[in-house]
Amino acid sequence: MIIAGLAVGASRGIVYLRSEYPQAIRTFERALTVAYAEGLLGASVLASAHHFDITLRTGAGAYICGEETALLESLEGKRGIVRAKPPLPALSGLFGCPTVINNVLTLSAVSDVLAMTGQEYAALGHGRSTGTMPFQLGGNIARGGLVEVPFGMSLRTLLDDVGGGTLSGRPMHAVQIGGPLGAYLPSSQWDIPLTYEHLAEIGAMLGHGGIVVFDDTVDMAEQAQFAMAFCAHESCGKCTPCRIGSTRGVEVIGRLRRGEAPRAHWDLLEELCETMELGSLCAMGGLTPMPVRSVMKHFPSALLTSPSRTTTGAKQ
Amino acid sequence: MIDRPADRQAADPGLVHLTIDGMAVAVPPGTSVMQAARTVGVNIATLCATDSLKAFGSCRLCVVDIAGRRGLPASCTTPVEAGMTVRTQTPQVARVRRNVMELYISDHPLDCLTCAANGDCELQDMAGAVGLREVRYGYDGSNHLVATKDESNPYFTFDPAKCIVCSRCVRACDEIQGTFALSITDRGFASKVSAGMDEGFLASECVSCGACVQACPTATLIEKTVIDAGQPDRSVHTTCAYCGVGCSFEAQLKGNDVVRMVPDSAGGANEGHSCVKGRFAWGYATHSDRVLAPMIREDIADPWREVGWSEAIAFAAGRFSSIQRRHGRDAIGGVSSSRCTNEEVYVVQKMIRAAFQNNNIDTCARVCHSPTGYGLKQTFGTAAGTQDFKSVEHADVIMVIGANPTDAHPVFGARMKQRLRQGAKLIVLDPRRIDLVRSPHISAAHHLQLRPGTNVAVINALAHVIVTEQLVNEAFVSERCDARSFAQWKSFIAEPAQSPEATEVFTGVPAQQVREAARLYATGGNAAIYYGLGVTEHSQGSTMVLGIANLAMVAGQIGRDGTGVNPLRGQNNVQGSCDMGSFPHELPGYRHISDDTTRATFEQAWNVPLDPEPGMRIPNMLASAISGQFRGMFIQGEDLAQSDPNTLHVTAALSAMECVVVQDLFLNETAKYAHVFLPGTAFLEKDGTFTNAERRINRVRPAMPPRTGLPEWEAVCQLATAMGYPMHYVSASHIMDEIASLTPSFAGVSFAHLDRVGSVQWPCTEERPAGTRIMHELEFVRGRGRFLITQYVPTDERSTRKFPLLLTTGRILSQYNVGTETRRTANTVWHPEDMLEIHAHDAEVRGIADGDAVLLSSRKGTITLHAHVSDRLPEGVVYTTFHHPEAAANVVTTEYSDWATNCPEYKVTAVEVRPFD
Repeated sequence: MIIAGLAVGASRGIVYLRSEYPQAIRTFERALTVAYAEGLLGASVLASAHHFDITLRTGAGAYICGEETALLESLEGKRGIVRAKPPLPALSGLFGCPTVINNVLTLSAVSDVLAMTGQEYAALGHGRSTGTMPFQLGGNIARGGLVEVPFGMSLRTLLDDVGGGTLSGRPMHAVQIGGPLGAYLPSSQWDIPLTYEHLAEIGAMLGHGGIVVFDDTVDMAEQAQFAMAFCAHESCGKCTPCRIGSTRGVEVIGRLRRGEAPRAHWDLLEELCETMELGSLCAMGGLTPMPVRSVMKHFPSALLTSPSRTTTGAKQ
Repeated sequence: MIDRPADRQAADPGLVHLTIDGMAVAVPPGTSVMQAARTVGVNIATLCATDSLKAFGSCRLCVVDIAGRRGLPASCTTPVEAGMTVRTQTPQVARVRRNVMELYISDHPLDCLTCAANGDCELQDMAGAVGLREVRYGYDGSNHLVATKDESNPYFTFDPAKCIVCSRCVRACDEIQGTFALSITDRGFASKVSAGMDEGFLASECVSCGACVQACPTATLIEKTVIDAGQPDRSVHTTCAYCGVGCSFEAQLKGNDVVRMVPDSAGGANEGHSCVKGRFAWGYATHSDRVLAPMIREDIADPWREVGWSEAIAFAAGRFSSIQRRHGRDAIGGVSSSRCTNEEVYVVQKMIRAAFQNNNIDTCARVCHSPTGYGLKQTFGTAAGTQDFKSVEHADVIMVIGANPTDAHPVFGARMKQRLRQGAKLIVLDPRRIDLVRSPHISAAHHLQLRPGTNVAVINALAHVIVTEQLVNEAFVSERCDARSFAQWKSFIAEPAQSPEATEVFTGVPAQQVREAARLYATGGNAAIYYGLGVTEHSQGSTMVLGIANLAMVAGQIGRDGTGVNPLRGQNNVQGSCDMGSFPHELPGYRHISDDTTRATFEQAWNVPLDPEPGMRIPNMLASAISGQFRGMFIQGEDLAQSDPNTLHVTAALSAMECVVVQDLFLNETAKYAHVFLPGTAFLEKDGTFTNAERRINRVRPAMPPRTGLPEWEAVCQLATAMGYPMHYVSASHIMDEIASLTPSFAGVSFAHLDRVGSVQWPCTEERPAGTRIMHELEFVRGRGRFLITQYVPTDERSTRKFPLLLTTGRILSQYNVGTETRRTANTVWHPEDMLEIHAHDAEVRGIADGDAVLLSSRKGTITLHAHVSDRLPEGVVYTTFHHPEAAANVVTTEYSDWATNCPEYKVTAVEVRPFD
C-alpha cells in the first residue's frame, strides 16, 4: 500500500478490516506499530521525502462492505450501501476524493512484482492470469488451509495432491470455487486450469480463491437455497432484485425442494436468476445466481426430486 | 411521429452523440441515458428516479440494453457516452422490468381500489407500463403487510406496508430539505424507512416540510386530507400567503374544497419545495372562526350586529366623513397590510390619498422592514433586496445577520443549507445560536454572538478590518461608488474607536473572531448577506442597514450572482405593500409625495388634487389619537393591538377613536376596539399579485369565490365611493393595469404577462420584459453607490439593576407572527405556547428550573411565560417567540424606535425574570 501510495501521489492509506477477524485486527495493529517504529510509515517513509500514513478501520459486520462503494460509505460513517457507478472511486471516492481501492491480494502482489520483474512475475502464471494465487482450501478436505500456487494448476491437482481429498474419505461430489457466490463445479470440470479466463468460460469465477469441497452426502438443493439465503442475509437492500429477489429465491427453491409445481417454479427461478444477474446494482445480487444456476445446470435432479437427505456434506 | 430535437442539436460540437432506439440523440455531457431518451420522447419506466433528486439507481426498472455493456445498466445512473447504442425495449429488458415489478408487488397490499393513492400512484402506473399480469411468487412469502401505520404527524400518514423502499423520501429529506430526519434502518429485505431513531414522525426531528410526501411514489406517505377527501378534480396555481419567500403552489381542489396544496416545481422562489405552513397549514382559510358577513356597532362596548355590505359601508363612510367635518381632514387615516395583494394595498392607499384627501397611510412594514427601504434606497438607490434566491447557489460565503431562515423562511433556508453543505462558509451574527449555526453537515465558520443592540458596532468593526487590513475592493469602489462619500466614510471607519478590539467590551464578540469573519467576507470568493428583523427592529435599524450596504460595497460583494444584500421579508407581501405607496411620504414606486411631477401624474390619473405634505406614521396616528386629534382609522389586515409594541399604549389609542374599521379574516385583538368589521378574503379567494423578498411578482389566483361575497378591493372601492370619491375597477387585473401605468418599475407588468411567463422580478419594463434577477449589475440604480457614516449609538434601552436582562424575540417554524392563522391549524401540536429561553446561570440565580412559570417584566408591563433553560443564549440575554396572545410579548416591549423610520425596537428590551408564585 505504501508503494501504491507513492505511485499515485497519495499520502493516506486506509485498511478496512472486518470486525469478524479479531486476530487479523490485532496482528495488523502490531504491524502498523512496527512499521511506524521502523520508519516505513509516517512523515518520512524510509527517510525519504515521502509522507504516508496508514490507518486501520474495522467494519461493523456487513459482508457488503467488501464491495468497494459500500466500503467507502462505511468509511464515511454511513450505512454500508452500494453507490451507483459512475463516478468510479478513482475519480470520486472517499469523501469525494480520488481513491484507489484494492484488495489485499493485489497490494501484496506489488512487492513481488517489484522484487522480481514484471516479466518474471508474469511468467509464473498462465495466459492473462499472471503470477500466483493464494487459494483457501476448506470444507470437506483432508488438508485445508492457505496455499499459494501459480495460476494454471488444475483444480483436481489442487484438490487431490495439495488438499489430499476429502476429510470424510467419501467421494468428492461438488466443489464451490470463488466464495459464497461462486459456482458449484461437478467432477467433469475439475480438470480445467485455474485461471480467470478458463473459469469464466464455464460460467464460474475464481473470485478470491476460496474453495469449498463437498462429498457425496451433500444436498445440492440446500446449497442452492443457501446461496439465496446468504444474499438475503447480506444484501444491503438498496436495489430491488437483490433486496426482494434473494428472499423470494429462498422461497422458490424451498417450494422446489418440497416438490411443489416443479416446472413452474423452475422457470420462475430461471427468470429470477436472470433478473438478479442483469438487473442488480452490484456484484452481490449479480453473482448470487451463479451458484444457483450451477446447481440447476450440473445437479438438476437435486432440485427436481423430493428431498430426503438433510446432511450438509461439507464440514465447514 | 415523435419530434426529434436531437436532429436540430446535431451541429453543436459540445454535445455527446449517441443512438437511442435507432434515433440520433445529441445531449450535453453528463446527461443520463434516461434524460437523453426523454429528449426524443422515450420515457423509460422508473420508480426511484425523480427530477428533483439525484439519480440513485435502486429500483432497476429503468434498465436498458447498451451495446457492448455487461448486464442491463440503469439508465438513470448511466451517463451518455459518444457512440453509445441504447435499446430501451428488448424482450430481455421487458422481461427483467416485469420481473422487478413482480418482486415489488409480491410484497405490496393488493388494495388498489380502496387505496388513497388510487389514480395517483406511480407503482400502479409502472405496473401497467411494464405489463405485469401475475405474481408467480404468491402472497404467502415474507412481507411487510402487517407493519404498523404511523399517524402521529397531524398532516400525513406513513404506512410502511405500502413502502417500496425507493428512498425518495429519505433523499428528499437529505437533499432538498437538509433535515436528515429520515433514514433506512436495517438492511436487505428488512430495510425500512424510519423517522429519527425510529420514534415516529412527530417525535422525530422531522420539520414536516412535506418534501417526503411529495416525493413518495405510492400511498406510503400521503396527506390525511387526501385520505379523507379522495383525489382532487381540479387545480389552481397560486402563491402561498405566509412569509416573504412567496412559494408557488398548486391548490388541488374538489369543488370549492381544498384537498391539498402541492408546491409548484415551476415556482421561481421555491422550485417545488415547501414548508409546514404553506404545504399544510392552510386550514385557517376555511376555519369556522372566519367572519363572513360585515358587522357594525355604535360603541365598542356594544355587541356586534351583522349587516349587509351596503349598510356597513354607509355606516363607515358616514362616521369617517363626520369626523372629517368636525375635526378636519387629517383626523382620519389608515393602515395597509403586507398580507394583502398589491392590488388590495394599492386601492387602500389610493382611498386614503384620494378619498380621505390626506396622506395618513402607513403599513405594517413600519414595524418590520421600513429601515430596509430607507437604508438601501439611500445607499444603492432601490428599496429592495438585490438578488433572487437562486443566487445563493453561487455564494462562497454566506453571512446571516439577525435572521433565522430555517424557522422564519424555511424554503429559502433549505436552499441556503444546500449551498452550505456544498462547502460555502457561514458567518452568523446573532445573539442567539440559531439552528443554522450547527445543523446536519453544516457548521458556521464564525458565530458572532453579539449583545442585543450592538449590531452597528459589529458591522462597523467588520468594515474597519477590511479598510485597515487593505482588503478594500479598490476596483469596485473606484468604478462603482461615490468617491467623496467613500473618502469620508473611510476615515470614519478607520478610526480606532471602530476597531474590533475597541468594541469587543460592549459587543461581547471577541476581536479575533471579528477580524477572521471580515477577512473571510472580503476574500472568500462570492459573499452574500441575508438579514432579517434582527437588523431592522432596533433604534439604529436604519443605521445597521446602511452599515450592511457599506460593507457590501467596500468588499465589492454586490451586482453579481452569489453576492448582494438581501433582506428576508417577514410577510408575503411586505415588498409589494411598500412598492404600492403605503408609506405616508411615498407614492407607488417610492416617489416622494412632495415631488411635483410625480404628484401631477397621479393627480391627473386619479382626477383629484393630492396633499403634498407627508402624512402620519402609525405611531404618530396612535399618539395623536390619545391626544384627541386623530379619530378614525381604517385597518387592513393588521392586528395592531397584538403586533405593535407597548400594547397598553396601542389599546388606549384605539379605544380613544370614534371610528375604527377593521378589515380582516378574524375578530382579532384589534377588532375588540372596532366599530365596523369588514370581512376579508383568505388568499385562496384572492385574485391579484404578491411581491416576495426577491422582488418577484407572483400571481395569486382565486381557488374559490370570495366567501364574503365581495373581493376585498371592491369593499375599499365602495367605501371610497361612499365618501364621495368614485373608485371603480372591473377586476384586480384592471387595478394592476393602473399600477403599471403609474409606476415605472412595474411598467411591463400585467396579469396576462405574468400568466404567460410565470413570474417576474421588478423592475419589469418594456426594455426588460423578463424582469430583473440581480440589481445593480453594471451600475447602482442611484448611479454611484453612496457610503454613509454609521456612528454607533447605544440604545437608551439598557439593562439596569432593576431590569438586568435583555429580552430579544423571534419566530418558530410552525407558527407565523401573532399566530392568527397558524394557531387555527394543527400546527399548534409543535408549539402550544411561547416559552422564555433563559441561560442556565440566569435561571439558577433566580431559582428558576426548566418548565417553571415565570413573570417577565419590563418598565412597560409584565407577562407570564414558562421558562426553557437553554444554552442557545449567552448569560444576560433571554428570548421568546410572540405567536400566542396569551403570552402577549408586546406588553413588555417599549416605545423606542428607529431614528429614521420609527420601526419599533422589538429586539431589545431590558427585563427582569422572577419565578411565578
